[in-house]
Amino acid sequence: MSSPTNLHLYILAAPLVAAFVLNLLGRLSRRWVMPLTLGPLVFSTAGSLMLLARVLKEGGFSYTVGNWTPPYGIELLVDPLSAMMLVLISGIALTATFSALPWVEREHPGSEHLFFTLYLILIAGLMGLVLTADAFNLYVLLEITSITTYGLIAMGKGRAPLASFNYIIMGSIGACFYLLGIGYLYILTGSLNMADMAAIIKTLPQGPALATAFAFAIVGLWVKMAFFPLHGWLPNAYSLAPTAAGLLFAPLMTKVTIYLMIRVILNVFTPEYVFYSHPLVQSGVVWAAAIAIVCASSLALGQRDLRRMLTYILIAEVGYMVGGFWLANSQGMTGAILHIFNDAVMTLCLFLAAAAIASRTGSLSFDNLKGLYRTMPVTMAAFTVGAFSIIGVPPTCGFFSKWYLLQGAVQAGQWGFLAALLFSSLVNAIMFFRIIELAYFTDDGEAHHGGHHHGDDHHAPVAEAPLPMLAPLVVTAAALLVIGLGTGPIVSAIRLTLPKFL
Amino acid sequence: MTGLTAEIVAKYNYWLYVILMMVGLYAMIGKKNLVKKLLGMNIFQTAIILLYVSSGVKRGAGIPIVDKYKALAQGVDPTLVVNPLPHVLMLTAIVVSVSVTGVALAVLLRIYREYGTLEEDEILEKIGK
Amino acid sequence: MTCTPSILPLAAVLISMLGTIPIMLSDRRPNLRESWTLLIAVGKFLLVASMLPAVLAGGGFTFTLFEVIPGVPIALKVDPLGMFFALVASFLWICTSAYSIGYMRTLKEHAQTRYFASFALAISATIGVAFSANLLTMYLFYEVLSLSTYPLVTHEQNAEARRSGRKYLTYILGTSIGFALPAVIITYSVAGTLDFTAGGILAGKASPALLGLILCLFVAGFAKSGIMPFHGWLPAAMVAPTPVSSFLHGVAVVKVGVFSIVRVILDIFGPDLLRSLDYGTILSYFVCITILVASLVALTQDNLKRRLAYSTIGQLSYIVLGVALLTPSSMTGGVLHIAMHAFGKITLFLCAGAIYVASHKKYISQMDGLGRQMPITFGAFFLGALSIIGLPPLGGFISKWNLVIGAVEADQIPILVILLCSSLLNAAYFLPIIYRAFFAQPAAGVEPTIKEAPIFCLAPLCITALGSVALFFYPDVFLRLVKLAILN
Repeated sequence: MSSPTNLHLYILAAPLVAAFVLNLLGRLSRRWVMPLTLGPLVFSTAGSLMLLARVLKEGGFSYTVGNWTPPYGIELLVDPLSAMMLVLISGIALTATFSALPWVEREHPGSEHLFFTLYLILIAGLMGLVLTADAFNLYVLLEITSITTYGLIAMGKGRAPLASFNYIIMGSIGACFYLLGIGYLYILTGSLNMADMAAIIKTLPQGPALATAFAFAIVGLWVKMAFFPLHGWLPNAYSLAPTAAGLLFAPLMTKVTIYLMIRVILNVFTPEYVFYSHPLVQSGVVWAAAIAIVCASSLALGQRDLRRMLTYILIAEVGYMVGGFWLANSQGMTGAILHIFNDAVMTLCLFLAAAAIASRTGSLSFDNLKGLYRTMPVTMAAFTVGAFSIIGVPPTCGFFSKWYLLQGAVQAGQWGFLAALLFSSLVNAIMFFRIIELAYFTDDGEAHHGGHHHGDDHHAPVAEAPLPMLAPLVVTAAALLVIGLGTGPIVSAIRLTLPKFL
Repeated sequence: MTGLTAEIVAKYNYWLYVILMMVGLYAMIGKKNLVKKLLGMNIFQTAIILLYVSSGVKRGAGIPIVDKYKALAQGVDPTLVVNPLPHVLMLTAIVVSVSVTGVALAVLLRIYREYGTLEEDEILEKIGK
Repeated sequence: MTCTPSILPLAAVLISMLGTIPIMLSDRRPNLRESWTLLIAVGKFLLVASMLPAVLAGGGFTFTLFEVIPGVPIALKVDPLGMFFALVASFLWICTSAYSIGYMRTLKEHAQTRYFASFALAISATIGVAFSANLLTMYLFYEVLSLSTYPLVTHEQNAEARRSGRKYLTYILGTSIGFALPAVIITYSVAGTLDFTAGGILAGKASPALLGLILCLFVAGFAKSGIMPFHGWLPAAMVAPTPVSSFLHGVAVVKVGVFSIVRVILDIFGPDLLRSLDYGTILSYFVCITILVASLVALTQDNLKRRLAYSTIGQLSYIVLGVALLTPSSMTGGVLHIAMHAFGKITLFLCAGAIYVASHKKYISQMDGLGRQMPITFGAFFLGALSIIGLPPLGGFISKWNLVIGAVEADQIPILVILLCSSLLNAAYFLPIIYRAFFAQPAAGVEPTIKEAPIFCLAPLCITALGSVALFFYPDVFLRLVKLAILN
């Protein structure tokens, strides 16, 4: 235990305060938007890196807001995992913002400050979620992130408001279920502090009340993370959202919710209760995850639009992590947590690539992807790296988390889950090579598309996306390789958080 | 039968909240009108608020407002006051619920401007065209 | 074997991977680009060869990059077996590079930069597989090879090439993800390590049934070895330009497949374990099916490259057969066949390419009398064919001779018979081509203007053909490497 400092509060406060300042100053002049968005995120990223370094060196600590001691006061927990999540959130948000700024300028001229107000509050909310050690605060923060998300999605064009409304309904059901679960738990334990609750739950008889509490809380979170078949809201919401918002949602929202599920299982209900006293439920969830992976992958295969395809892959990946964690062994849990990080980065890479492509082609329907290799070589190269990572080709990071998940499945004897993971990898390979084939080996204007193109089509000049979209994409693609080769240290940091008995 | 009745009567607050919740859930999923869906959501949230609040109640206890000096001198007998914490929590939950409703109404306005209706099937029909 | 840490193996792997950068940068200056290719090829061979004396003296080199999974780093190790393969591959790459230049320029192929860059990446991965110190590293390079050869297979960019590319990926990626990856992970779960260790790591760690499953998964997973029923990609991949077919689908890719299986048999299972379970014999009979069926199918092919492809499928299984028989002679023969077949088959493919460059002929039935116009090419073709059939004085004889002795040693007379039958079949599908070329009357209306292919095409195929002859008289280096590898 190291002595607490306030650093993590500053990390959290920076985007929050900036959001309100931006809302006021942004009205006066658009010049404020960029510094007030990037500034706090740079600060948060640097701060969370420092915090992570400290936590890894000196161990985690818990922090009491306003000096009210737990279990009554509000407690924040800074352990290696939450510090890593902070780095992930701030890093991804920062990277995505470079590409988001030009997109917002393009899609929402005049209301940039409004967009980024919500955007920054969302980031602050996500950071709060990973830090909180209080079950009720978790609900409030969950709703803060959701409400900002609803707003951001509704800013999209066309059907986006409808998608947003569907998300409001589904998201509210999820949040209410979670609240209900916590309500039962509060009635049982009289506490809302996670550690306190966990201590009391150990002494409680295992009855239907506890099971109800658990079921509501977990199903609530499943709705929020779009665990198949509770995923219905996600594809529309994420693919119709403004491009800039999608860049932030896709990598972070589902992943943070999975982190919350892990927190609730590890720190509230305890793995003994969740996994070992109910082996049938445990293996049932793994099977459900296997089915989720297979179904979501198959649905992804049917899509004819790049971004929609990616959203279904996102849902399949949720199955990876839920199933991996419920394997309930060290390898599986490590794989699930590692996959949170890896999936976040590779999703960011693919969405950045999609955004870069859309900036040139306008639409992401497969027909528009032909021959892109000639016109956007750098974008497509980065896209290919991201695709390989999703498929799980070494040495990209996606391979290594899949490795741990597969190994966990082998150890747990969950052959169905193993098969589902392999199936999904193969389906991903088919999907992405279909695109790579279109982009690399099909010339635009070839054969049946001949009519409406110019004659010199085969020497189409290189027309890359603008630098603010390209640079973060290249950085993210490189990060996929770096993270992959640095899996060793990341895993040892993750292992610090896992229960000792594993 | 009498056993069941007794059970229901003894824990009537739970049964009430369950009924309310089901009404809300039905409206959210079953109704085609988007405003009705939203109303269902509010009923759903209210049900949960009721559950929390009713969990703080004690038979024969009063409101948790006590004389400061008396309390400091003699302490507070917990059986004489209801548990105030759930109420406080629900204040926050109400704020959340109001914000969600606000956002949802704003979104509904946009939908109405776009499609001129709030019936889900009519909207889908218009999109389909 | 004492291993010294050294950067040499890494340099040998990376030189061509990094070489893709100057190749791509000199996109608009073909002469510079091709100079890079040749320079890198020669550099790579010299790097590999520089490690040869130490390996022959019983030493080795290691290099550990990153510890990615506890106990399983990404690491390179140069041992006799890897050295053997790397030597063959890097030498033949020089020949193929020179040949590529002649071939691609004569045919004025498009996207040559992509072609040369992918090629350089592929050879990097091949050497990577040869020098891998554990299964994870090998799997990594195996996948890199699969992906880097995809642009080469689809090079033509027409519908047929794309279809073949899809087929190629489906087979190669499908099996490696679907079978090889779980096999690797089960092995790791069972043995706790993935290091290639002489004598294997699985002995006593799992039940015979699980071991059998792992072996099946590995054999099916390394579909690059072309063992039936996972051979379909190889004939399909023949749409690629001929240098690709010759080097990648005659040497690098397919040999990486069999090399992986050999590695698994020798250093993961260990001959003793397989012998005690008798799985080696079962595997030998299983690959015998491929040997016979592939040869029979080859007889029916009129497209020269497809015939060569089926011949390759059959010959690859010789290698697996030899190692699976698990006797010293058969293993020597099997491993040696990696080199002998490589030299023979690359000659044949290069000849097929030279014929295409000079005359645009793909089908055997069109080649009547062509030998008189292209005597050097068909002479080389003759030598290559003799080597594959296994006749002295060509390298193929040595490996096949060892295989035959091995079959006798193992007391498997049916396999001996199959080997002899297969050799007859080999003769049956190769010799008619030679006969047609030299003795058949050309069909009426054939233009008499066909000349030999350009020197860049001709020189490499002469070198590899003479290499096949030389291997018969001077197989010492390879024999010593193989002995070291097997005795370990």
